[in-house]
Amino acid sequence: MFDIVIIGAGIVGAMLARKLSQYELKILVIEKENDVANVTTMANSAIIHSGYDPLPNSLKAKLNVLGNKQFDEIAKQLDVKFSRIGSLTLAFDEKQLETLKELQQRGKENQVETFILNKEETLKIEPNINDNVIGSLFAPTAGIIDPFNLCVHAMENACENGVILHLEEEVIDIKKEDNNFKIITNKDEYLTSIVINASGYNADDIAKKVEDIDWSINPRKGQYFVLDHFDDNFVNHVIFPLPSEKGKGVLVSKTTSNNYIVGPSSEPCLKDDFSCDKLTLDNVRNSAKEMVKNIPFNQTIRIFSGIRATSSRHDFIIEPAKKYPNFINIAGIESPGLVSSPAIADYVITNYISKLINLVPNKNFNPYVRPYVHFLDLSIEKQNELIKKDKDFSKLICNCEKVTLGEIKDVLNRYVKPSTLKGVKKRTRAGFGKCQSGFCQSNIIDILSTFYQVDKTKILYDKINSNILFYKTKVGENND
Amino acid sequence: MINCQLVIIGGGSAGMASALKAYQEGIKDIIIIEKDDKLGGILNQCIHDGFGLDLFKEELSGPEYAYRFIQEIEKLNIRCFLSTFILGIDNDFNIKILNKDGVEIIKAHAIIFAAGCYERNAGAINLMGDRPSGIMSAGTAQKYLNIKGYMPSKRVVILGSGDIGLITARRMTLEGAEVLAVLEIMPYSNGLTRNIKQCLDDFNIPLYLSTTVKQVIGKSRLEKVIACRVDENGNFIDGSEIEFDCDTLLLSVGLIPNIGLIKDMGIRFSSTRGPVVDELLQTDKKGLFACGNCLHVHDLVDHVTNEGYLAGLGASLFLKNKIKENLNVEVIAKNYVSYVVPQYINTTLLDNITLKFRVKKPLKNVNIVISDDKRIIKRIPKLTLLPSQMENIVIKTLDLVQNNGKIYVDIEMKI
Repeated sequence: MFDIVIIGAGIVGAMLARKLSQYELKILVIEKENDVANVTTMANSAIIHSGYDPLPNSLKAKLNVLGNKQFDEIAKQLDVKFSRIGSLTLAFDEKQLETLKELQQRGKENQVETFILNKEETLKIEPNINDNVIGSLFAPTAGIIDPFNLCVHAMENACENGVILHLEEEVIDIKKEDNNFKIITNKDEYLTSIVINASGYNADDIAKKVEDIDWSINPRKGQYFVLDHFDDNFVNHVIFPLPSEKGKGVLVSKTTSNNYIVGPSSEPCLKDDFSCDKLTLDNVRNSAKEMVKNIPFNQTIRIFSGIRATSSRHDFIIEPAKKYPNFINIAGIESPGLVSSPAIADYVITNYISKLINLVPNKNFNPYVRPYVHFLDLSIEKQNELIKKDKDFSKLICNCEKVTLGEIKDVLNRYVKPSTLKGVKKRTRAGFGKCQSGFCQSNIIDILSTFYQVDKTKILYDKINSNILFYKTKVGENND
Repeated sequence: MINCQLVIIGGGSAGMASALKAYQEGIKDIIIIEKDDKLGGILNQCIHDGFGLDLFKEELSGPEYAYRFIQEIEKLNIRCFLSTFILGIDNDFNIKILNKDGVEIIKAHAIIFAAGCYERNAGAINLMGDRPSGIMSAGTAQKYLNIKGYMPSKRVVILGSGDIGLITARRMTLEGAEVLAVLEIMPYSNGLTRNIKQCLDDFNIPLYLSTTVKQVIGKSRLEKVIACRVDENGNFIDGSEIEFDCDTLLLSVGLIPNIGLIKDMGIRFSSTRGPVVDELLQTDKKGLFACGNCLHVHDLVDHVTNEGYLAGLGASLFLKNKIKENLNVEVIAKNYVSYVVPQYINTTLLDNITLKFRVKKPLKNVNIVISDDKRIIKRIPKLTLLPSQMENIVIKTLDLVQNNGKIYVDIEMKI
């Protein structure tokens, strides 16, 4: 019997699990994917928005602003790369400048401090913005983060504090039993007093398992370009166009790994359609060129798409099922979902969970995740100390991003360990660089196969059946 | 801190040749840094033959070719740091290395950069569609097959008719895979003619010209490739789609010089994406030389070796303080010529200078013309010029002495 079952180990589920692990509770997180942070958390703009633009008094506005304030502490506790580089929203004509002023007013109502910069001030801090810019709205509290490790480390920290995580387990049905719920998965059944539905773009399907709902998830795809590290100062802020009904528009930003990201598009899509198409990406490229000049698209190392869990209400839906106060839906968490995630957790705990269950503090709670090794950032003395203890830190597996074998083995020896190439990549950056794992993929397969003691043909790239290798060659057999 | 006269970055064909030449020229204090646990570089995974025809008049396999140089290096006791990685190089030539002994700084007086190249990937060519497994570069597949002993595919489509793609097509077939097609976006092949014959024709593998991948389909592993013909502007021709049911798409869509370690040293880079160099292969940064595929991508390893020799000579002249820049000639690629290496000629130390270049498209019945602003220096008739074949034209330094300024490499149509 669990106190709480959370369905979904994306950023919302992970943040909530971690915050709940401060209390004496028996918590299970069920995730249908073979890794945490594998769907929407894996593919987004990675921005910690300032919160000036959501409509005042919406949940998006409130939780964005409350979430943003927490990130300095969270990044420190969870050992995640985060940088408040600030955002610039650009105006290219007088009408747009008027809109910027309205946005600044909206920011004031949301209690977000912003500044209007004139043309010269804008170009002074961002010389690569197109010269026809006439002004910009500067939001200094906006930032960039590593969203994959934010989620992985949050879940890791939750597990360190007693939360149980089940991967590759899909919820088939949910049945009411007395005042509790029985969660039936493809592997087992679990009884729990509270269910949290944090299942991203599947949230409507999960919610429908207990009652009819008057909302739906209408997913929207966003397509992106990722550029290599060609210049550490190409742009130094998150560059936005004016927001529209469709979203915040195509942004240009550096990432915490000093790559550049350009995107996203916004178009309706099916729930599992992560494909990229030329027409849309051509439009993304052109929109970006209207803001920033000379973007070196020949430095593109990856195009990808992510899916927003847009709801029919166009705001976050965070509320219990109509019939059941102990079944709580967290749905429609599109942008600014990432930045809001810690505040969403607080909101759910304060408004709902605390009213359902007695929250006794967990005396052993440690908010700090066991530190990760960032070999490149260490001093030579520290690097040598580490190598003396463990020669694995002297072997570079990924040459593009300079990731050592020691760092890969470290993430394999944790609660939330990767089982796939993508899992290793999102945690360590091995394979994220300019050769896109061309050189290191075979070595990472070797590492995973040795660690899990399975044949190399069993190692997956990402989802089930995404194996890379089929069988041994004659030479390979002779080598055994 | 280790002090060293000459550090060579990369122990492949270019790096090994440059070490041997520098040693021959009297530079004995050399360190070769190689990330692999043996010398040879990418040659070690190229188990097909055809290496060494120019230099040795023999057809060797990649490892055999490499072994000839490894033996020489061992004989001369040239220091090699194997399984050694470079974390960074600063502008004073402090090289931060990582190996089993830890992290250390090597202070070099001169550096030969010979770090090779990497393959363009699905992102770089904006491959549209899903993101399943089974899309990999041809070189990665070659490593699985030849080094790891595993088969990464059963039904294969290859995009790009470059040499690696062609050779991998044959290799895959011999290991039991079915290669359904080789697709080439250009109206001509980018591989050597002998490879088209020996790798495709002999195995009845069809080559589709002016055809590329429009979309890849597959949620987990690749299931389908939709190929489509393109017009002369590279736009898809509607209705010309061909579907291939396959589990693997191999990309052989070009190689890019691997210059990550030197990109922030304040030097210029050319359209090859390698550094700008002079006739001794010295970059803008005095004492930093570059050769092999990190300078510009070669077709034949023999040419890489020769370029390594030249960089070794250049670095030894630098270390002996013999480089006096008494010339100032810029070499300019014109019209159909996509690039020329070297971009500058700064000294009269060499009697002859080899200009290496490629053309932008196949040309028939033309003259290669080397000229300056006043006169034609050299005119060479050619029946065919192909983008896949690097051209080497030797000019005499004496011909340049009277002309400080620009020389041009141009193609002239014969009427």
